[in-house]
Amino acid sequence: MDNTLAKVLQNNKKKILEIWMQNQLSDVSLRDDLISNEELRRQSEELLSGLAHAVANGSTENVHAPEYEQVTEILSDISITRARQGFSPRETGMYVLSLKKAISQVLEENYNTQPDVLYKSLLTLTNLIDSLSMVTFETYIKGREEVILRQTDEINEISTPVIRVWEGILALPIIGTLDSARTQTVMENLLQEIVNTGSSIAILDISGVPAVDSLVAQHLIKTVSATRLMGAECIISGIRAEIAQTIVHLGIDLSNIKTKATLASALHLAFSMRNVEVRNMNKNKGLNLSR
Amino acid sequence: MERIPILKMGPFLLVTIQVDLYDRLALNLESDLINMVSKTGARGVLIDISAVSIVDSFMGRILGNIATMSRIMDAETVVVGMQPAVAITLVELGLTLQGVHTALDVEKGMELLQEKMGISEHPEQDEEEDQDDSND
Amino acid sequence: MQIVREQDVVPFRNRVRELSTKIGMSLVNQTKLITAASELVRNMLKYANGGKVLLETISKNAQAGIRLTFTDEGPGIADVQQAMRDGFSTGKSLGLGLPGAKRLVNEFDIKSTVGQGTTVTIIHWKHGR
Repeated sequence: MDNTLAKVLQNNKKKILEIWMQNQLSDVSLRDDLISNEELRRQSEELLSGLAHAVANGSTENVHAPEYEQVTEILSDISITRARQGFSPRETGMYVLSLKKAISQVLEENYNTQPDVLYKSLLTLTNLIDSLSMVTFETYIKGREEVILRQTDEINEISTPVIRVWEGILALPIIGTLDSARTQTVMENLLQEIVNTGSSIAILDISGVPAVDSLVAQHLIKTVSATRLMGAECIISGIRAEIAQTIVHLGIDLSNIKTKATLASALHLAFSMRNVEVRNMNKNKGLNLSR
Repeated sequence: MERIPILKMGPFLLVTIQVDLYDRLALNLESDLINMVSKTGARGVLIDISAVSIVDSFMGRILGNIATMSRIMDAETVVVGMQPAVAITLVELGLTLQGVHTALDVEKGMELLQEKMGISEHPEQDEEEDQDDSND
Repeated sequence: MQIVREQDVVPFRNRVRELSTKIGMSLVNQTKLITAASELVRNMLKYANGGKVLLETISKNAQAGIRLTFTDEGPGIADVQQAMRDGFSTGKSLGLGLPGAKRLVNEFDIKSTVGQGTTVTIIHWKHGR
């Protein structure tokens, strides 16, 4: 039976390709804005000859067999590029499924006098294409996941700004939950900035952190320890009443970390550590910061 | 056998580690440094590790040892210039180098040592102002 | 790669560094991986008089990573759980080697048979997760 399919594929490659292309081109959902017709044709031709070759040389049962490597590779390639280009899952799926339509049409034309042969080879074809569409979906999803992963990285990157508030003093407002990946980015950014600016004090403001559990506290302690290893001091500010409560209830020891309720008081502490004095000027000209 | 040179700068000893240390070299450094402290009566030890890309638990232990030993001999130890990646790794490893002072660079480390000496002692200038470098 | 002397450690670290640079691993993740590798190599030298390390690049879910397999034919570890605890050491060290190495990498696996040797496998992904 496999022979029938293989033979039909070999002998009618051109025809199948024509029908397949027609199917694709006539489809209303064709995204000619995303992919050119020539490109589509090239892709399809490549896939079809790969498939014909594979079916001729291997079984149709297992698409993970080495004979299918070329086919799955082409298919994965197509699906991933399509995922990145913004094709919808339906459009990507239709691409493979419309091939089934094309081949079965040719099969029908060739074997309409032999129903049992036709039936068997159609069944094989269906199984084969189904497996292949599985591959397509798997890789399509993978492609999308890559996009998501990249975006997560970008968000991580932009959500941890390090601000230079004064000569030798850095502030780092943390907004959102601190998980270990985030802590890693925060730490990296902070430590790098400490090196870049030669700052000796860093203020970590956690007013924007919704909750502090023992894990988050652990991450904070790690950040403080790492800062200390670099030779800088770390002050944690923005500890709200409920956060202070949970910290004590959970039995988290923050005693050897400098903590302050507000960023302002942390800044005050930082100034005094650097021997900077802040005072009002007599002439009501506002705040004057002098060394 | 290669050794890490130890420079004497006034009352301080300065060590700049430029190569990747293997264990024997680190152990040598430890004993050389302690010998130098006792020989010169140095009051502070500066260890510059800005060129070191890997500090593992062994190396961390050596640094801790140097600090503790020097303290017994009345010298403070400051580790300066640790790379961010190294600091993160050490924390993750569970090694926080308790008892070792740290500073961003040699200059800040020097300031820190001077400050430490000023507080712990009545401010007296050291006799030897000249800087003689001595290599081991 | 064979590790039999202390001096082999530095070239070994450099090999790991080269490999991780090639797959584009960030500096921090590189440092973590190399530090963990360094701990494991030290254990191998100290307790088993050396052994072999297999360096491989692997990939999963479109993410590249590095797998290091440390094999020795030393005395083995009698109580692996105990050895994985912070602060436990039969030698004179901090006892941070094994548990510390585990914290530094993404995946960590240890198998040991007393009298036959120990195999430790670590995997670290490019993005460290």
